[in-house]
Parts: sequence; C-alpha cells; structure tokens
Amino acid sequence: MNVAVLVKWVPEPEGTPRLGDDHLLVREGADGALDPGDEYGLERSLQLVERDGGEVSVVSMGPGVAVAAVQRALAMGASRGLLVTDDALRGSDTLVTARVLAAAIRSLAPVDLVVAAVESTDGYTGTLPIGLAELLEWPSVTFATSLDVVEGELRAERQTGSGTELVASPLPALVTVTTGVAEPRYPSLKGVMAAKTKPLDRPSLADLGLTDDELRPTQTVDSVGAAPAKSGGRVVEAGPETAAEIADLLAEARVI
Amino acid sequence: MAPVWVWADLAPDGVAPSALELLTKACALSDGVAALSLGPGATVGVATLGEHGASRVYASDDERLVEPTSRVAAHTTAALVAEHAPEVVLFPSSYRARDVAGRLQAITGSTLMANAVDMPSLSRARAEILGGTTVVEVALEGAPPHLVMMRPRSFEPEAVGGVAEIVDVPVVAPDDLVAVRVLGRTDAAASGPSLDDARVVLAGGRGLGGPESFRLLEDLAEAIGGTAIGASRAAVDAGWVPYAMQIGQTGHTVKPEVYVAAGISGALQHAVGMKGSRRIVAITKDPDAPILRMADLGVVGDLFQVLPSLTEEVRRRTGR
Repeated sequence: MNVAVLVKWVPEPEGTPRLGDDHLLVREGADGALDPGDEYGLERSLQLVERDGGEVSVVSMGPGVAVAAVQRALAMGASRGLLVTDDALRGSDTLVTARVLAAAIRSLAPVDLVVAAVESTDGYTGTLPIGLAELLEWPSVTFATSLDVVEGELRAERQTGSGTELVASPLPALVTVTTGVAEPRYPSLKGVMAAKTKPLDRPSLADLGLTDDELRPTQTVDSVGAAPAKSGGRVVEAGPETAAEIADLLAEARVI
Repeated sequence: MAPVWVWADLAPDGVAPSALELLTKACALSDGVAALSLGPGATVGVATLGEHGASRVYASDDERLVEPTSRVAAHTTAALVAEHAPEVVLFPSSYRARDVAGRLQAITGSTLMANAVDMPSLSRARAEILGGTTVVEVALEGAPPHLVMMRPRSFEPEAVGGVAEIVDVPVVAPDDLVAVRVLGRTDAAASGPSLDDARVVLAGGRGLGGPESFRLLEDLAEAIGGTAIGASRAAVDAGWVPYAMQIGQTGHTVKPEVYVAAGISGALQHAVGMKGSRRIVAITKDPDAPILRMADLGVVGDLFQVLPSLTEEVRRRTGR
C-alpha cells in the first residue's frame, strides 16, 4: 500500500507570526518547523506500512525553507519526499494549493491513501484536503480519530457534529485525522542520518503540468488592522482570597 | 439585487442557529435570499427560515445527502448553483458545511473564504487571524459564487416575518459517488444547558490531567446553575471528553456572560472559540499561558485547590 502524507512547514508555533507589507504571512527567514499536527497522521501511516508493507511518501508545497519539514518527516521514517516550491505560489489560496497537491499526488501514482491533518496549525481553514479529494474524484473521511486498513478497505471512526461514525471506504481514499490517531515517534539519530540520502523530488509547476489559469489565486488580503485589545484584565497568584475574588466576579456578572 | 444563498445546517428541531445568523447577514447584503436545506428533515424548518428572510428554500430530504463524504451534497449544490447563479453562498463553520464547501469549491473553481466574521460587501470578507489579534479584509475574486464560511455567532439572528417558497431539489448521486458505508454511529448525549445558550461556561484543558478531574467542573457548575461544561481540543484529542464539548476553531464558539478556563493554555485554536465571552476567568499553573492575556481575572495557581474552594464559596453564597 502506498500512502501519501500531506505535510506543511509552518512558522514556529511558539513564535510571533507577522504579516509583511504585501499582507502575506512572513515565511522566509522566519523560524519554522513541520506542522506538529501533521506528525499524527504520518505516524499512523508509518505504522500501517510497517505492518502491511508499502511506502509512505510525504508531499508538501511551501517556500524553500520547507525542506526542513520534509526532512523531519523523512527522519521519522517516510521513504521519499516531494516538495513544490515556486515564487508564483506565494499567496496561493486553498484551491490553488489543492490543485498543486493533486498534480503532485498524480505524479506519485499509484497512491492508495492520502492522509492529512484536519487543518494546519497556522491557517486553520481545514478546507484543503476535502477539496483535494474532490479534484482527485476520491471518497473522503474527515475528522478521523482512528484509522486502519482492513482487507484492502479503509476503516475509520470520525467525529461528526452530533457524535461519532464508524465508516468503511474503498481505496483510493483521502482521510483527515485528528491528533487521536497515534502518538508520534521521535526521529532517531539513525533516522536523521538516513533522511539525508532519501529521495526528495522538487518538481517545477511545469513538470506538474499546471497552467497559469489554475494557479491564479481568488483572494487578496488588501487591508490589515489590529483587533481591539482587551484592557483592564489582571493576573493574580492563587491565594486565600482567590475563591472570593472569582465569586465576586460571578456575582458582578449576575450569574450567582 | 444579486442572489445570496445560505447553507442551512439541519438540527433535530429543524434549523441550526447558524442558519438564522447567516440569513440575517444575507438579508443585509441582498433582497434575493434563499436557503439550502439538504438532508432528512429538510422541510421541518422552512417556516423558520422564511421568518428569517429566506424567500425560497431549496430542499430535499433524501438521506443520500448526508452520506459521510459530502460528495452527494456538494454535487447537488453545484448543480443548483449552475442553474440559478447565486453571487454568494454563505456557509456556517460546521463539520458538514466545511466538507460540502470544500468539495463545492473544487467543482466550481470558486473562491472559498474560511473563518470569516463579516462580509462588508458581496465581494469582501473580513476575518480575524493570528488568534484574533489581527483583522484582515479580503477581496474575493474569480468565478461566482463566492463561498464564505462564517464563524459561529458572528451575527445576531433577526426575524423579519417572511414566508418561504419550497423548491424541491433533484439529488445528484450517481452510483459511483456513494462509496463510503457507515458501519455504526454514536450520539453524544446532551444534558443540561447547551454550550451555545448557557450563561456560564466552564472549560477544562490538558491541565486537568485526566477525565476524572472534569468532576471538579461539574461540581462547580452545579453550584452556579445554568452552566455548561466544555473542553479544549487537547482534552478532546486525549479522549477525556467527547468532541461535542470542544470549544475553539474546531468546535463551539461560545459567548457566555462568564467563561472560566481551567488548565487551558489558550492556544490560537482555543482563543477564537471563547474570546467573545463577556468576562473571562483563567486558572492555570503556567504564568506564561496566553490565556492570561485574554482574561479579566487570571489566576496563576493549582486548579485542584482553586476549583474546590471556589465551589465551596459559591455554594455558601447561593445555598445550592
């Protein structure tokens, strides 16, 4: 079974992200890493191919520095990486990104399963994977909290608005996973060394057969401002008066 | 005026509150407002949708419209969009709406704006990014319709007293579209006031250390009364409590009179779901937790001591 895991380089989650003069997130020169949310699906994918055989590829679109995120995934155990980098992709919206990733997945064919996090830690739109599934004309299972392949079929439990569903889907399929699917391993030193010699494809947009029309974003951020800041809050060390202070606030709000 | 459509999520009693919020916004943008109501129970809420400004409701109660991949719902919607050419389709930020909108975008090639909090015009959306610290305005371009997913509770629903005409929708479901089978289903049981309506929301996070500690929040909720209990994504992902309790980007957006966060760091993910609360109390042992910067009253300390003594204090004052 061949699994492609979508990974994303994101600005350092603990850092202070900022927007540049062009109203886009500053990525070059910023500290960043593999999106921690991507490690869970990658881990589960590695477990599946370790058990059943096959190969895990990691697929990413991002700036040059995103190589670090792909390397990290290779160090965890993925067999190969594919990273699409092009200045023309700066400011891409989710549809353009989905088109690029769809072309990348097709170039890796045959792929039986695409695994992605439910959403990225920086953008939080969560619409890319499902759009990609539609472009591939594949079934999808979103918000999976467990993921398995049984007798050539995908089995997953997923969260829904009202509870959970256990679903079975034929392959190929796309699945988005929460952090509940597996506990990510830490790359070993051996893994880190091995990652340096693993294949890493860097196809151009032309290699992937994408046209200018397909790459035109449909959204432009044209104004940026600060949200109104909270004022008047205070922070105290817990002490004997804490319970009374909180209770006073509840009383002031007329909820007790 | 150009037509604006609203994706109306279904609810057990007919219409999800988000549909009424979106209709109110749609009426401010256009005088040609319609709602899409697709799935079992689709016609139950038609009168309510009409009262809130939908002059038409495109409806079908075909159960294939709620199959888990959302392919049928997306292709059915795409066919309607191709026929009637709305300028904008507003979606809520629910799981199902996200899947339908994501697939629809890939079919129509339209723009899809997520996490919007307002639409100043038919071609502009406003969003709060970077954990709600920054507001951006985005010009929407490309092939119509513009697809915009709104954050919950961005608008106050307003009844305008109209009547909606029902338009029966033909379902687009070729056999090869329906490939995923549902083997089982569990419903998260709801009890007490809902997160969306409660005047007080108590939320627990990783700092609670395990599912059993939610008992501390339940005791406090009982003492206060009219209180709902929620959780951060960390607590839900750890499997301590069901997803239905999740507050944040993925999950509920709450705006109670008082929000009490216990053992929650206040990551961007969580902040967007609660920062609209009238008063915020945070209890955490981490003096650097971002949630302290959002709090009206931030308490740095041991929640296992603070919560029980608070419960006792509230009981003393309320006599519960």
